[in-house]
Amino acid sequence: MKKNLQLVGTAVPRHDAWAKAKGEQLYSDDFTMPQMLYGKVLRSKYPAAILRGIDISKAKALPGVRAVLTAADVPKNEDITKFGQMRDVGGGFEGLYKVLANGKVRSKSEAIALVAADTEELAEYACTLIEVDYEVTEGVFDPRESIKEGAYVVSSEDKDNIVMRTKVEDGDINAAWALCDVVVEGDYFTTPHEHAYIETEGGMAWIDENEVVTLRVGTQVLEHYRTMAKILGLPHTKVRNMSVPMGGGFGGKEDMTVEMYLALLTLATRRPVKMVWSREESMDTHAKRHPEYLHYKTGATKDGKIMAQEVSIVMDSGSYTYLTPWVQMYSTQAAAGPYQIPNVRVQSVSAFTNNTFSSANRGFGGTQVNFAYERQIEELAAKLNMSPLELRRRNIVHNGDPLPTGFIPQGHIALEELLAKVDKELNRTPKPERLPDGRKVGRAIAIGHMVYGRLTFLHDSSRVSLRVELDGSVTLRAGVPDLGGGQASVLCQIIAEELGLKITDVHPYIMDTHLTPLCGTTTATRQLYMSGNATYKCVSIMKERVLEKASSILGYPPDMLELANRKVYLINNPLVNIPFETVIGHISNDGGELELIAQFNAPFTEVPDLADIKSRLNPDLTYTCHGVEVAVDEETGQFEMLRLIAACDAGKMINKNSCEGQIEGGAVYDALWATHEDLQWRNGITKANNFSTYLIPTSVDVPDVETIILESGGGLGPYGAKGVGEPSDNSIAPALVNAIRDAIGTGLNLNKMPVTAEKILAAVKGIDIEK
Amino acid sequence: MCDKIKINLVVNGEPVTFEVQPHVSLLRALRDNYYYDVKCGCEEGDCGTCTVLLDGIATKSCITLAAACEGHEVWTDKGLGYNDALAARLQAAFVECGSIQCGFCSPGMIVAGVHYLKHGGKADRRAIKRSISGNLCRCTGYVKIVDAIYKVAQEIERGALA
Repeated sequence: MKKNLQLVGTAVPRHDAWAKAKGEQLYSDDFTMPQMLYGKVLRSKYPAAILRGIDISKAKALPGVRAVLTAADVPKNEDITKFGQMRDVGGGFEGLYKVLANGKVRSKSEAIALVAADTEELAEYACTLIEVDYEVTEGVFDPRESIKEGAYVVSSEDKDNIVMRTKVEDGDINAAWALCDVVVEGDYFTTPHEHAYIETEGGMAWIDENEVVTLRVGTQVLEHYRTMAKILGLPHTKVRNMSVPMGGGFGGKEDMTVEMYLALLTLATRRPVKMVWSREESMDTHAKRHPEYLHYKTGATKDGKIMAQEVSIVMDSGSYTYLTPWVQMYSTQAAAGPYQIPNVRVQSVSAFTNNTFSSANRGFGGTQVNFAYERQIEELAAKLNMSPLELRRRNIVHNGDPLPTGFIPQGHIALEELLAKVDKELNRTPKPERLPDGRKVGRAIAIGHMVYGRLTFLHDSSRVSLRVELDGSVTLRAGVPDLGGGQASVLCQIIAEELGLKITDVHPYIMDTHLTPLCGTTTATRQLYMSGNATYKCVSIMKERVLEKASSILGYPPDMLELANRKVYLINNPLVNIPFETVIGHISNDGGELELIAQFNAPFTEVPDLADIKSRLNPDLTYTCHGVEVAVDEETGQFEMLRLIAACDAGKMINKNSCEGQIEGGAVYDALWATHEDLQWRNGITKANNFSTYLIPTSVDVPDVETIILESGGGLGPYGAKGVGEPSDNSIAPALVNAIRDAIGTGLNLNKMPVTAEKILAAVKGIDIEK
Repeated sequence: MCDKIKINLVVNGEPVTFEVQPHVSLLRALRDNYYYDVKCGCEEGDCGTCTVLLDGIATKSCITLAAACEGHEVWTDKGLGYNDALAARLQAAFVECGSIQCGFCSPGMIVAGVHYLKHGGKADRRAIKRSISGNLCRCTGYVKIVDAIYKVAQEIERGALA
């Protein structure tokens, strides 16, 4: 590994930043074609109903309407859900994916019919002419109800609503309670969380001259083209996504969005079709972070050693399976937190309801349990009369400690350093009791651990290619979906570093399923780890080739040469050198290969025994710590976040701005999840389905994030990097709520989201709102 | 459907005529005429990604009737970048400061920043935050966006920018 890094770790501008600043970046909605039609989806009016009939005749008869499709028109309307993995996992992990509804309607947002028409307005009007005969049924909206015997069954295909049950157990939980001097117990609820990317879902599709169904759709998973081909009854080679950067993803563009609908409509009409969802359609329709009902019981000795923790989790899968079993694995594995607890039992169950389906959202099951265990630690500390910081210090995991599954993480565990740094920064001045305006001040710290890289039983891989041009510039080809984190640009930075070039010498061509090697999904905080390693492997082979050729020209051994400033130098005498471009010319003249492809494979494991998980589930974890200072108005229950400190061990920063950007953005992404971001689900209806009712943080709602980045070098990515995208939004929600607790001096009413001003006010007055 | 009407306005310094239905927003009219740098995020005036300068004032084009813009002047982020030194400088500052992630809010955010700076806005983080509070960003946490506007405001105060 290269020692003197020139480019890696710097804040060099990302290659995509200029076009985005200048307004020249085109997104999914920014293309048009001759003869283009507009597609619309008719969605169910009811969250639970039986479809008795659909009459499309009036819509079809409308002049300018070119296609109206229902489930009967889809070649293979039902398939199993696959998310770009290279392996059929089985074992209940891959649930039913249905393109258009038939039988029972499972949620209000479910797609029933598709329309393509000459204009968007006409397509929308045609949808209103489709007559759907619904038999409205009772439905079930709470997974605690839907798991019960005799509950309303959400689907037409299953006998009950259970999606999956699983368990992790370590030690002897039943015997452990006798060892505890203090026990705390609590019920927690986390609300569904909306991604709220500023770009809604959209794109276009057409059929090219080779009969290839071609899409321009921004997605986190290019590999959906395979599922599409299967549903359409086409070879994989006949479906292509020439994808475009997303205007944000956060997991919400991990499941298919418009792809299938566009493909069906373009095949039915033989014309290009465009579809863009409105904000309301987007928020009603796409997956949410799983709502979880959690029960925690934790016991410790009087000197603060946690001896036992028992957790049960009920997860709301909503209307379909999608990624629920995978998210459940994350929640179950992470439930005991980054603590060394000798006796642990975590049981979880997920179940269908008639709510909008749940699936991936930044944090992927980690954030829900993080909220619960960090609230629990705070209450345990209060009961022990010990500082929460000290209680955490006495119980955190260190290098070499196993998770409750028995797996010992290989990467560095920096919790001790993170806690110390955040504590020092948060308490650099003594905490005032009140602000001059009378508001009470509270401070708190929370920690978290979150995996990066996909579940190891998925057998994940990534591949990239690079070509060195004869002028010494380099093209990177990578099927890496860029959702805004700079996923492609860091790969360019690695290539430029290793070949001694400027980042602008490396041109990325990305996200085209026909032309770029597949990098796998931009999910699971995996791109830097997976594609970064593939890139490093690929460029290292090219670098060796360049050094060998330069060695034969200069007459010095390769290990005495280095690449920098577009030249190959003799290390101890830089006057001896040869331009990079000249070496490339020699390689080309001699018939050497200047185009390479390399693949990186993650560690592979087998599917675990779900009844008792005892194996590695992920490559490694990233550790975070957040510190918050709040002021709480005891007259109104409202709070203001005064300080927000976000700390993370990134392993190694590749791009300083991009890394800081993740940690700042991640902190704000979940900063108001616990308190303000409430979709107001009522019996399957999303009442807050736009930005005037669903309140994401504006620039004045959050303080400037104070970022602390550790670089332990202890990650499994290139240069020792860890993934930071998802971990960065972990541990902020409990830090905020615990700071509110610190201000008001009670944990009453603070365990169930949304933690509203009303609940805080009631807590101040000592009123338990559940009594 | 109503008959279309013609509206004459100046977009990015060029006189143009749009044929639009009377109910159509300025955002729709601009995008229908391929001004794709003006983004659509909510069409309800909440997110601000469609922000343009209308007669020099930062305006949400999704809640502005196109027909009401007859005779008025519109500047978009892309047009500003090629014609206005301060806007070009602010775009560059967004690149330098790492203010851009997915980039979808960036055109509207930059127009809001241009409005702030052209109306005497100072290098004051609190005031900058207030001025962009109508523009939502889900990626950055706003820190680096404020950094960029602050940086250019400082340059103006130092006289480094005309």
